[in-house]
Amino acid sequence: MLSSPFITTPGSVSQIMLRVLLALIPGIAAYVWYFGPAILVSIALASVTALATEALMLKLRNRPLKPFLSDNSALITAWLLALSIPPLAPWWMVVVGTAFGIAVAKHLYGGLGNNIFNPAMIGYAVLIISFPGHMTHWLTPHAIGLLELPFADQLNYIFHGILPAGLTLDAVTTATPLDTLKTQLHLGLSVNDIREMPIYGFLGGKGGEMVALGFAVGGIYMLAARIITWYLPLVYLAALFSIAGFFHLYDPAHYASPMFHWFSGAAMLGAFFIFTDPVGSPTTRQGKVIYAAGAALLTWLIRTFGGFPDGVAFAALLMNICVPLIDAYTQPKVFGMKGDGK
Amino acid sequence: MRTLFRFHGGIHPDEHKLESSESPARRAPLAKKLVLPLHQHIGNGAKVAVQVGDRVLKGQMLAGAQGMISAAIHAPTSGTVTAVAPHPVPHPSRLGGLCIHLESDGEDRWIALAPLDFHAMPKSELLGKLRDAGIVGLGGATFPTHVKYGLAPGQRIDTLVINGAECEPWITTDDRLMREHAEGIVRGIEVLRHLSGAAEVLVGIEDNKPQAIAAMRAACAAAPIEVVVVPTLYPSGGEKQLIRILTGKEVPSGGRPTNIGVACNNVATAYAIHRFVDHGEPMISRQVTVTGNVRVPQNIEVLIGTPLAEVVACAEALPGTSGYILGGPMMGLHVDDLHLPMVKSANCIIAKSGQLFPPPPPAMPCIRCTRCAQACPADLQPQDLYWFAKSNNFGKTQEFHLFDCIECGACAYVCPSHIPLVQYFRFAKSEIWQREREAQSAEVARERHEFRQFRIEREKQEKAERLAQKEKAALAAKPAVPAPLPVAADPNADPDNTLQMRVDADIARANMQMRIDAAVARAKEQAAIVQPKNTDDLTPHQQAEITEIETRRAKLREIASHAGADDEPSKSN
Repeated sequence: MLSSPFITTPGSVSQIMLRVLLALIPGIAAYVWYFGPAILVSIALASVTALATEALMLKLRNRPLKPFLSDNSALITAWLLALSIPPLAPWWMVVVGTAFGIAVAKHLYGGLGNNIFNPAMIGYAVLIISFPGHMTHWLTPHAIGLLELPFADQLNYIFHGILPAGLTLDAVTTATPLDTLKTQLHLGLSVNDIREMPIYGFLGGKGGEMVALGFAVGGIYMLAARIITWYLPLVYLAALFSIAGFFHLYDPAHYASPMFHWFSGAAMLGAFFIFTDPVGSPTTRQGKVIYAAGAALLTWLIRTFGGFPDGVAFAALLMNICVPLIDAYTQPKVFGMKGDGK
Repeated sequence: MRTLFRFHGGIHPDEHKLESSESPARRAPLAKKLVLPLHQHIGNGAKVAVQVGDRVLKGQMLAGAQGMISAAIHAPTSGTVTAVAPHPVPHPSRLGGLCIHLESDGEDRWIALAPLDFHAMPKSELLGKLRDAGIVGLGGATFPTHVKYGLAPGQRIDTLVINGAECEPWITTDDRLMREHAEGIVRGIEVLRHLSGAAEVLVGIEDNKPQAIAAMRAACAAAPIEVVVVPTLYPSGGEKQLIRILTGKEVPSGGRPTNIGVACNNVATAYAIHRFVDHGEPMISRQVTVTGNVRVPQNIEVLIGTPLAEVVACAEALPGTSGYILGGPMMGLHVDDLHLPMVKSANCIIAKSGQLFPPPPPAMPCIRCTRCAQACPADLQPQDLYWFAKSNNFGKTQEFHLFDCIECGACAYVCPSHIPLVQYFRFAKSEIWQREREAQSAEVARERHEFRQFRIEREKQEKAERLAQKEKAALAAKPAVPAPLPVAADPNADPDNTLQMRVDADIARANMQMRIDAAVARAKEQAAIVQPKNTDDLTPHQQAEITEIETRRAKLREIASHAGADDEPSKSN
């Protein structure tokens, strides 16, 4: 290097991405504890697909393989997607979602750093629109369901689509707590009645709430390690809390509590891992606040009035579109311009 | 305790100051040949005031300030001026600059020196003397000091900020200077205080220099000068940043500290002023840190113009040295060629090695993580500037305040993708300057062309008018001669006056023909005068050559005409 500065920090993109993966581990551990090891299978499947698609696309785009395969960004896409879909989803769904996310949402837009949309959320959107049926069969947490499918049978279903004789998929799976809430509300039950059902725990859904807590722990680690800034996750959670809280106070029978919104579905995963994707989020401080608040509002709206079980993915994609506009209108005053207008 | 303010961003790179800060500064041996660039400061280069062959004394002015923003250059030692010729100088362009070459006689004999009673003279005279003493800011930008204090009417300086922050890693010259010459620095500050009329004088020093702080506090004890300890954070030694830390005020974008009633100078500049005012010595030397991959890192007092090789030799570069940094690792300049001379701006020479300065990993795409924006002390959005600079969208870079970038390098330092951001910004700046220059010269050319068109039109018109006037005059004069003719002629012989009319017409025609002939002759004559041929002033040998070529051409033409349809004459030469 023949031009200043002649020194740099030892950090690198691949190191940052690796730490994000590490931060996902507490949540994944809780997932395995409450729902069994099937999620590890989809994570592995998604990882392999992501790396293979990444390699293929790099080859097609005439880019060097090594620096980009080792930047760990494809793995984040893979893990986030695997964590967003039911672990019992057939293997080809994981493959299709991941490959679409990496090939279309990432590489067709120019690869690392150029994707407008979060590739994992694009993968999720494709799956929930194309195969909505498969996306509703979630594993029941341990010690709740009448029947628990052994791991070997789970594998058999994932790869061959075969269940043990006499069993239906509905018998061994359940809808998500958010989905259940919505359907039961439609049937005329009150929030309190619904929360009495066995799939619900103290904060959200049984098991799911602990997974969300795990993601929050990982998120706090990322904040402490300065991998992400606090503006985005904190404003998102605060805004979601306020909106849900306002309506919950207004009509507790029809609107779930703010804590329920925090610890159900992908709110925690979104707050710390999805909305914080730097490529698709605003760069300015003020912009991050606007983005997070908008994402929270969309999450709550889709969850409460929309047709999809969770709103995080679509909130992320819709807010991704707004980023250039938000950035353009939130440019901070530079040094020496703060006295303007005085 | 004074309330300190914060500037946005900043970084904490490894300091590497202890290597060179703990031993007293030495003096470099006298070099045999010195090279003095005329352009060692911001503004106009100095104007040579000596002739080749002149014997000069140490401290004698070799080149005077030229124009308002300029400063003089002096002989760092006694000797003979051997040349005034271009020589490589430390500059990012790697181009040479005009330099005075001085061969020392080894006697190091001073001109007559006299201290200055600065209180006794008007301020304008003192400013002139500073300019003629070649006093420029030694903090890095080498802005002529007298310009800072030549205030416009109505301008006032309330606060004088003395910069002893020295925030860049590796550099310790200000630290050593404050430890060893605190008294002298304070004397220099007194001069600046007198010049500025500031009520408040603040010396900002980073808290990683406790000994310098103690020495300066002791020296300032009796003076109305406050030594303020500021937290170590790069780039707190940037002029705008230090003023912000100490006063809370921001120098307006595109403005100067005087706009907000502040003047700022480096401690080394204050010391140089002390040397001049109290000892009569112009700026002929400065202290420089030599460190990095060397056996004895240290600070050295070096005469301006000394080849860098001789400065580095004092510290003994170790094997594995791969080039040098002139200045600090954040903002310095890479140099390979140690024939470059020591200049007033050089505060540090770092020997680079692969271990101390490993090459950065290859750049990855920007992931918009905004670590650069978090580190930027100018509150810019480097990731956006990079995006626009990379796509040659220079208008946008200006909209995003490219020219508020101080090129401190904090953004590139923190970038996890290792993108050489500052290089992109320098590139964009130079492209914009280049375009402005081109636009300017195009504008000048357009104006020139338009004026030419206008002139040609005007001349044509004037000529026509002149001609018409002459014609009129001729017509008016003509009847005067033949006027009596009609009277004298027999009205019966030619009742219709047809003969007379024919005669008149003949005379007019003849007159016209004469005038035309004369004009043609004049034009020919003029053409011969104003269009010298490039074949004038030829040597007989060239003349012979031309004749030979002409005959050859004639022959070729002949052949060609004979060949007829064969229109490809053979190329005989």
